[in-house]
Amino acid sequence: MGEQSTGAPISGAQSLVLALEAAGVTDVFGIPGGAVLPLYDPLLDSKVRHILVRHEQGAGHAAEGFAAATGRVGVCVATSGPGATNLVTPIADAAMDSVPMVAITGQVPSGAIGTDAFQEADIRGITMPITKHNYLVTNPDDIPRVMAEAFHLASTGRPGPVLVDVSKDALQAMTTFDWPTSIDLPGYHPVTKPHAKQVRDAAAMIIAAKAPVLYVGGGVIRAGASAALRRLADITGIPVVTTLMARGAFPDSHPQHLGMPGMHGSVAAVGALQKSDLLITLGARFDDRVTGKLSTFAPNAAVIHADIDPAEIGKNRYADIPIVGDVAEVIPELVIALEGEYAAGKSGDYAAWWVLLNRMRETYPIGYEPPDDGSLSPQYVIERLGIISGPDAIYAAGVGQHQMWAAQFIGYERPNSWLNSGGLGTMGYAVPAAMGAKVGCPDKTVWAVDGDGCFQMTNQELVTCAINDIPIKVALINNSSLGMVRQWQTLFYNSRYSNTDLHSHRVPDFVKLADAYGCHGLRCESPEDVDTTIEKAMGMNDAPVVIDFVVHRDAMVWPMVAAGASNDEILVARAMAPDWGSDD
Amino acid sequence: MPRHTLSVLVEDTPGVLARVASLFSRRGFNIESLAVGPTEVPQISRMTIVVNAEGAPLEQVTKQLNKLINVLKIVELDPDASVQREILLVKVKADLETRSHILETVQLFRAKVVDVSPDAVTIEATGNGEKLAALLRILEPFGIKELVKSGVVAVARGAKSISDRSVRLADRSAS
Repeated sequence: MGEQSTGAPISGAQSLVLALEAAGVTDVFGIPGGAVLPLYDPLLDSKVRHILVRHEQGAGHAAEGFAAATGRVGVCVATSGPGATNLVTPIADAAMDSVPMVAITGQVPSGAIGTDAFQEADIRGITMPITKHNYLVTNPDDIPRVMAEAFHLASTGRPGPVLVDVSKDALQAMTTFDWPTSIDLPGYHPVTKPHAKQVRDAAAMIIAAKAPVLYVGGGVIRAGASAALRRLADITGIPVVTTLMARGAFPDSHPQHLGMPGMHGSVAAVGALQKSDLLITLGARFDDRVTGKLSTFAPNAAVIHADIDPAEIGKNRYADIPIVGDVAEVIPELVIALEGEYAAGKSGDYAAWWVLLNRMRETYPIGYEPPDDGSLSPQYVIERLGIISGPDAIYAAGVGQHQMWAAQFIGYERPNSWLNSGGLGTMGYAVPAAMGAKVGCPDKTVWAVDGDGCFQMTNQELVTCAINDIPIKVALINNSSLGMVRQWQTLFYNSRYSNTDLHSHRVPDFVKLADAYGCHGLRCESPEDVDTTIEKAMGMNDAPVVIDFVVHRDAMVWPMVAAGASNDEILVARAMAPDWGSDD
Repeated sequence: MPRHTLSVLVEDTPGVLARVASLFSRRGFNIESLAVGPTEVPQISRMTIVVNAEGAPLEQVTKQLNKLINVLKIVELDPDASVQREILLVKVKADLETRSHILETVQLFRAKVVDVSPDAVTIEATGNGEKLAALLRILEPFGIKELVKSGVVAVARGAKSISDRSVRLADRSAS
């Protein structure tokens, strides 16, 4: 920890650096510029490590990756105007995925605010709808309080991004530093402890249910409630589904785990929700990509909905038992309540339910058909990557087909090992997020599983990785296309491929690109080379590695529920609906 | 869609009006009226927001509003259990012939004339929406040149104050 107070006069910039130290910040990602320049001078003398990225979007996603992998607040820094607006995408991303992040931006001097000054943008106004809260600081005396509040807001309650915009004159003016001992935000009181009666009612409902499902969302990971969830699943024997944001919240190897629900979920996971009579919803938010057509989602299920954000409860689906609270407190309370029921001789009977679920799981496992022409199947590459690298590694994905395959075919055993842009769906997330994760967890192997479209949006951060000794590994699933969009064109636009061919089998040459960036570049084009190429990359730790996996471009992500369709219309492959059985 | 009146206590900080107003707009609500001003506590402002919305969406927007850090408290005021008032200033065409008719109307509605010129009178009226609408209906044939309304302000009937607890909290933060 840094100094808690100084009587001596210091600059606002020094105060901000002391605030970062007092908040326990070890690493920040950013780029200097005119308005934020005063901050960069004292940063040179601080033990806070500043990693100079190549684009502010990279700083933002790196802060997100750092936060998602470590559970700590990620920090990014940018200058005013374009520096700040380049942070908009990662800030919106962090808001959608509840990532604890503090973004610090320089602002033009307070006297110039509102005059369309050089590099002026109203970043506080711009980010109001995409931050948990934001500040414009023009008085240097406010810096310690505002920074303490920013870190508190970002990391407590439902986590999220907080932006602190500081005018240049506030950074330059003299002030004193006094780190607040307590936070006083009269309008902010997140409820963490669940209501006891709601928990008791939930326990009774769980005992009475015949077909319950633990519908687990990313909140369980953010709350650090995975161990508690494991206990709840073990004592109840209830099946578990983990959403895209919750992959890793519950071990994939656990026999009660049915996989991921949603648009590209497993038949068993989607089917479990549809056929359920009770959804035990933990830190999930009934996103449209999970529910499909809302009016036909889980039509026979009662809903227990536990979330720290009261606004999520009842937003999309009525909750029979709403529980406002931190799932890290709700789940243990629920376990105690259930143990009370068991001690009183009551117990749930889910035997018939498991017969149905096991049949679905056995009949429709997640799978793929290798291409006829002997070319490389993207699913195979990702599957092998997961097996060879193992569950201790961290996997960051971009957005699209490769993201879905990485969610489907890699086995996750621990929380914070799967990072992706779930809510906003930000192409270009993977490389900078992997960079941030590697900074936060230097001893872990960190893979960016990226597509050739995504990769070309943010790959400049490989330079940052090479120069700053951040040896991430990139598995580039190169199908020379905007693959997911192409898949939709195949399915819904009569295979008219408007503007989805990236021609990236030829340009750029990703191996040469890696080389130019000071990284190792490998290429793999046939199934028999997959293992050796991955193993070779695993052994390269002196610099980042990029493997250009040249894969079959017609591979599609299955199963699929078309956008806006009912989950009941899930297809396991093109024009192939599963047989739900004759149970009902 | 039913009409709802929300009283929102907010910290009096720069940007708070933008935060509240933009939240309504991005969640798809039209604000019928919004009035904001200081309260008995220096750091706290009170907004009175009138919206047309069904019950469930209104609950959702209220919850989202509650998440704004500068929002301290939200209370929906039942029209039957609250006093709701709006101020109206209206400039009406008036010549020698019509002026006395207009003044009669003003008296009838317990409104008052606040400005007179050879061709017009400006009338100030206070009341609930229905009373003001009725006044306007009668004034309309004379010719309305200009009209401005304050938006509704409202307070619950009875001795209880909605700001008790919030004020204590804000006072503590100020000291």
